[in-house]
Amino acid sequence: MNSNNVLIKMEDLTKTYQVGETQVRALRGISYDIRKGDLLAIMGPSGSGKSTLMNIIGCLDKPTNGRYFLDGKEVSTFNKNQLAGIRNNKIGFVFQTFNLLARTTALENTELPLLYSNTPTRDAKKLAMKALAQVGLEDRELHKSSQMSGGERQRVAIARALVNSPSLILADEPTGNLDTKTGNEIMAVFKRLNRENGITIILVTHDPEVSAIAEKVMHIRDGLIETLE
Amino acid sequence: MNILRTIKIALKALSRNKMRSFLTALGIIIGVGAVIAMVSIGQGAKAEVEKRFSEMGTNLLFVRPGSRSYRGRHGGSSSYENLTEADAEAILENCDAVNYISPNVNSRAQIIYQNKNWNTSIYGTGHDYPIIRNWEVEEGEFFSEQHVKSAQKVCILGSEVNQNLFEGANPLGQIIRMNKIPFRVIGTMESKGESGGWFNRDDVIFIPYTTAQMRLLGINHIQSVDVSAISMDRSAEAMAQIEEVLRIRHKIAPGAEDDFNVRNMSDIAEGASEATAILTILLGGIASISLLVGGIGIMNIMLVSVTERIREIGIRMSMGAREKDILYQFLTEAIVLSTLGGLLGITLGVGSSQLISHFADMTTVVSFGSVALAFIFAASVGIFFGFYPARKASKLDPIDALRYE
Ligand SMILES: Nc1ncnc2c1ncn2[C@@H]1O[C@H](COP(=O)(O)OP(=O)(O)O)[C@@H](O)[C@H]1O
Ligand SMILES: [Mg+2]
Repeated sequence: MNSNNVLIKMEDLTKTYQVGETQVRALRGISYDIRKGDLLAIMGPSGSGKSTLMNIIGCLDKPTNGRYFLDGKEVSTFNKNQLAGIRNNKIGFVFQTFNLLARTTALENTELPLLYSNTPTRDAKKLAMKALAQVGLEDRELHKSSQMSGGERQRVAIARALVNSPSLILADEPTGNLDTKTGNEIMAVFKRLNRENGITIILVTHDPEVSAIAEKVMHIRDGLIETLE
Repeated sequence: MNILRTIKIALKALSRNKMRSFLTALGIIIGVGAVIAMVSIGQGAKAEVEKRFSEMGTNLLFVRPGSRSYRGRHGGSSSYENLTEADAEAILENCDAVNYISPNVNSRAQIIYQNKNWNTSIYGTGHDYPIIRNWEVEEGEFFSEQHVKSAQKVCILGSEVNQNLFEGANPLGQIIRMNKIPFRVIGTMESKGESGGWFNRDDVIFIPYTTAQMRLLGINHIQSVDVSAISMDRSAEAMAQIEEVLRIRHKIAPGAEDDFNVRNMSDIAEGASEATAILTILLGGIASISLLVGGIGIMNIMLVSVTERIREIGIRMSMGAREKDILYQFLTEAIVLSTLGGLLGITLGVGSSQLISHFADMTTVVSFGSVALAFIFAASVGIFFGFYPARKASKLDPIDALRYE
């Protein structure tokens, strides 16, 4: 395995939450490498630490112990500002609850990450339109999030995750709030982005069918990797 | 992120909640409006006072009975009856920095002309009064030295009295009765053009001071002397000369206190404009309190807004917004709100100051300084009261913010 192809390197990551007197050990030592262009599905029962791991991978949180490298840089040592920069340039998020800005158009929602990368307004619009086209919403740019179906909202969220050409898209239960058919359509979008555009994608899911489209599946239990397929 | 874009985003956020934004800004609108209107009243009073004093002439001096210091026991300066016609004449003769004097004896009287009745101020003055006070005769003539010497029963009407008694008819040569004594009208004074205010200078009748002494009051002394110095530069010199002459005439021992009091116009004007400056500060200060309250209103709403938008803050942070970006976003909203409020407040303030001057018959002066100050104050209120909520927003943890329900 060529180390140049490694996008993510996790070395014995742990995360412990202090809740009052007790310590909650959400992650108890995760070591794993993810290569560029991978499509990884993470599965596991509720409370097993999937979201905690996603947050660390997404630079929203830092591990309690262990080292985390993204694109060859040890981001576990970065400060808040640097992490914000990484989230902006390298990572796209898709959430279970869509997390679009209310009363805001699809276009403006998609442009949001570009605002924080100081992309000139004109370019931002062009990039956002392109991202919306990639998820099949080319003529919906002026629709507000409240005027769209769940599936459409999630597509906007994917367009927003795509718009900064990230190395990595993280999706924590992206179909959790969608019906099966729409969920499958969203999964097809991820699959296509991975195949055709070579974007590395990590998905958390409960759906065994969904995990079937992934090349790799990681099962987590009690903060540890149980099996890898 | 550049400033224009930040402002645009702030405007968008504020326009999502138009009614609330307006109500929040209302505190600032009223505050700025009140500051501008109140200060304009204060500055109007100042301008009015200064105008009156400069009209009266800055080389004017007043001599009154009474000690210069207000210590000791005496029933007010006017209780002295030691100023005489001879004193006034000695001033004119012996002080070479003085060119005109007018002995004054003032009173009030009931005036009757045909079936009309009017109560007004009677100014008994010398014949040079119009020159000293820079006040022209409109029709006819002021009384002459001869009229004064022989205590003639002639009078000159102020325009208000003229209007009230004669209603546009020619008053010259008519006989009016002043406390039942007949006086012949020989002239009218030019209007000073004031209505309302503290006192109306056109509501007055001039008669020779000798006539006032003999016919109206039955006294021998005079109440005051108006003195005109040759020039403004020489008014201090004139003052010293007057003091010297009167001390000799009143036989005041060296080191003893004067039994009279000489003041010049610029001292009086200074005192008066100081008083109006204090009025301005007072009015402006009271109005600023409402601006402060408006600022607290902004802080309150911004805190509510931050709480309501925790999820949005989380979304923005996950998309790469740094602490600074969130801080600026909320701070800009507060500043935009307060500056827009400030601009509307300026309109309100300027408008109401014009209404006040129109309907309440007061002079108001809106100066650039007061507008600029109120506006800067409003913007600072936005920064000051917007900072805490904005900082609170920027310090949120992205994961907690995203999870917030
Ligand atoms: N902020 C937190 N404070 C305390 N405990 C937490 C926090 N976040 C997660 N946990 C705990 O960590 C464990 C893993 O949670 P999570 O990663 O959300 O699980 P999953 O996403 O697999 O359902 C759970 O026991 C959860 O209660
Ligand atoms: Mg989870």
